[in-house]
Amino acid sequence: MASLIAGGIDCDVHPAVPHLTSLLPYLNDYWRDQVTTRGMVDLVSQSYPRNSPITARPDWRPESGKPGESLEAMQRHVLDPFQLKHAICNPLYGVQMVFSEDLQAAFCRALNDWLVKEWLDRDSRLRGSIVIPTQSIEKAVAEIERCAEDRRFVQVLMLVMGDTPLGKRALWPIYEAAERLGLPIGIHAGSAYHNPPTAVGWGSYHIEDYVGQAQAFQTQLTSLIVEGVFAKYPRLKMVMLESGVSWIAPYLWRLHKFWRGVRMETPWVDRAPLELVRSNIRFSLQPFDAPPEPETLIRLFEHMQSDELVLFSTDYPHWQFDDQDALPKGLSPDLVRKIMIDNPYATYPRLT
Amino acid sequence: MNIQFRESQEAASPLTVRTAIADCDIHPARATRTELYPYLAKRWQHHLEVYGVHAYQGMMEGPPYPKAQPNASRRDAYPPEGGPQGSSLAFMQKQLLDPNNVQLGVLNPLNTGQGIRNHELSAALCSAINDWQIDKWTSKDKRLKASIVVGNEDGLSAAAEIRERAGDKNFVQVLLLSRNVEPLGQRRYWPIYQAAEEAGLPVGVHAFGFGGNPITPSGWPSYYIEEMVGHSQCQQSALASLVLEGVFERFPKLKMVMIEAGFGWAPSLAWRLDKAWQRLRSEVPHVKRPPSEYIREQVWWTTQPMEDPESREDLFDVIKWIGWDRLLFATDYPHWDYDEPSRVLPAGVSEANREAFYLGNAKQLYGMN
Repeated sequence: MASLIAGGIDCDVHPAVPHLTSLLPYLNDYWRDQVTTRGMVDLVSQSYPRNSPITARPDWRPESGKPGESLEAMQRHVLDPFQLKHAICNPLYGVQMVFSEDLQAAFCRALNDWLVKEWLDRDSRLRGSIVIPTQSIEKAVAEIERCAEDRRFVQVLMLVMGDTPLGKRALWPIYEAAERLGLPIGIHAGSAYHNPPTAVGWGSYHIEDYVGQAQAFQTQLTSLIVEGVFAKYPRLKMVMLESGVSWIAPYLWRLHKFWRGVRMETPWVDRAPLELVRSNIRFSLQPFDAPPEPETLIRLFEHMQSDELVLFSTDYPHWQFDDQDALPKGLSPDLVRKIMIDNPYATYPRLT
Repeated sequence: MNIQFRESQEAASPLTVRTAIADCDIHPARATRTELYPYLAKRWQHHLEVYGVHAYQGMMEGPPYPKAQPNASRRDAYPPEGGPQGSSLAFMQKQLLDPNNVQLGVLNPLNTGQGIRNHELSAALCSAINDWQIDKWTSKDKRLKASIVVGNEDGLSAAAEIRERAGDKNFVQVLLLSRNVEPLGQRRYWPIYQAAEEAGLPVGVHAFGFGGNPITPSGWPSYYIEEMVGHSQCQQSALASLVLEGVFERFPKLKMVMIEAGFGWAPSLAWRLDKAWQRLRSEVPHVKRPPSEYIREQVWWTTQPMEDPESREDLFDVIKWIGWDRLLFATDYPHWDYDEPSRVLPAGVSEANREAFYLGNAKQLYGMN
């Protein structure tokens, strides 16, 4: 059995904004006044209730404050023990939930500036993702361009459940900017809750929302592929973050079969879906939903027909595994090296 | 698939499977717009003429995502006497039942009374469809069995329809669609499961339907292919809801059939549910066992549109993880993505598994032994 190797890239860690008031120093006078005058509250998403077991591993949960809000804890829990070369910070603060494009743009700008100052400036191993105000495509592009000047931003971050499917043409200026600036689009689990969190309506439970993330990723892959995003932007990489991995192959069998049947509807999709996934789409390792037996795990990787799809992640501080067991059992040393080092470098041009 | 250039149906015979099979997803259609009227009160006939059906979608007729072919059906399936595909028993016998030696054919009528906002009209149309299935189909060909179609959004009237038909050997299951106003585990649908369990009838959940929710959790997509692929995601969410609301725990003898939504996703969904349940079970204490156990014991899967990986070993892995005793062969006749019986299962399957796949599992589930 292969073990972790030093110098890896953790593609999904979550620094937490302690409170909305933590962003006040990064807002202008008008918005600072709005936040206080209107009594705006902390933007905690239903996707990750603060005390939910998923939201923090028991031994990573702080005695007070939000899981993930302390750099020192992140260093102690993952950066040091996993001997990471880099970790990519994906803030999940709930700025996507607000509907006003002006308010969202102000919050995103503050969040990105907060990430630079409170995290990237304080540990040279950290890299960042640019959180964008998707209520306005124009403002989203402007925020990407503003942040991209700092090379420590290596990715643009979007949620898997927003207002529209991600392949929709209206969003393409975001993808144009990302491709031009060497930034993959990271698509992370979570919803803006602007639509019901399943395609069959509102479920009753948090666990239902969490399980449903995988189905949301599946519908987004379909949208991205059939709308022709990768025909238009062939150099654009997209990374599915906290998506689950074990559904990929069966999902692609189905998409491929239907694409063969009705490809006359989307004639610009001139390569098979599996080929497009191999060239343009990647997936973070955790959570890996599968039984623990190595023989099953190995078959799941074989079903994917590629050793380049998966990127190492701990999903810190979310509770996906215990101890140091971030890697599924039974992977070959070659595959571990691909997952931890080669694949992330091949995906994120700004890491070099 | 279309088999468009056959000179005659007899030409199909070299490809057919002579061993008897069950076809667990056949779609009977109405030959004329008013074919149900003899089964509807005058009041509802008038209502349909004046107001039509008020559905959970915008189009008065037809789907908002145009299908790949007229009626989503094979062009070679138009009956010679006229009418849409699937509307003639004689032609269905000639094209599907006889050449494929179908011993059991399960009818799943679509475009019925489901997904309609007027729940009284919904109940009336469903009852009419059930009478029509007996008169036009099952009473005329003993190989065919009907599904009890129920007004899905009104659990009480749906349960009443099930109780009315319970014990009638023309019917072998209750039929729901995957897309409803709420996820299928919600309490409004429990009377349906209770009545089905009491009647000893499986509940089939066929992909499709309208409940007013966007077909992705990120809004409405653009294309028919997204709707088609999306049905397997809808089915996953519906099944997750059934497990997590405790439907299988509450109705332990209930059997459910996932129809035309694929099965390749079943293992990964079950593993994901198990993993999340380990972490979050205190939120759902009514779910007493790992979700995969309920799925393994109480869920069956129809095969069409069959999973089609490049390597047959990949397919065999997935079937092994689900269980060879849980798959039910289906063609989806007369729809365009029809699966030809002789071409579905690759070589390398034991005779016992092949028999279970094509016939045995269905006969056992539907009580036809």
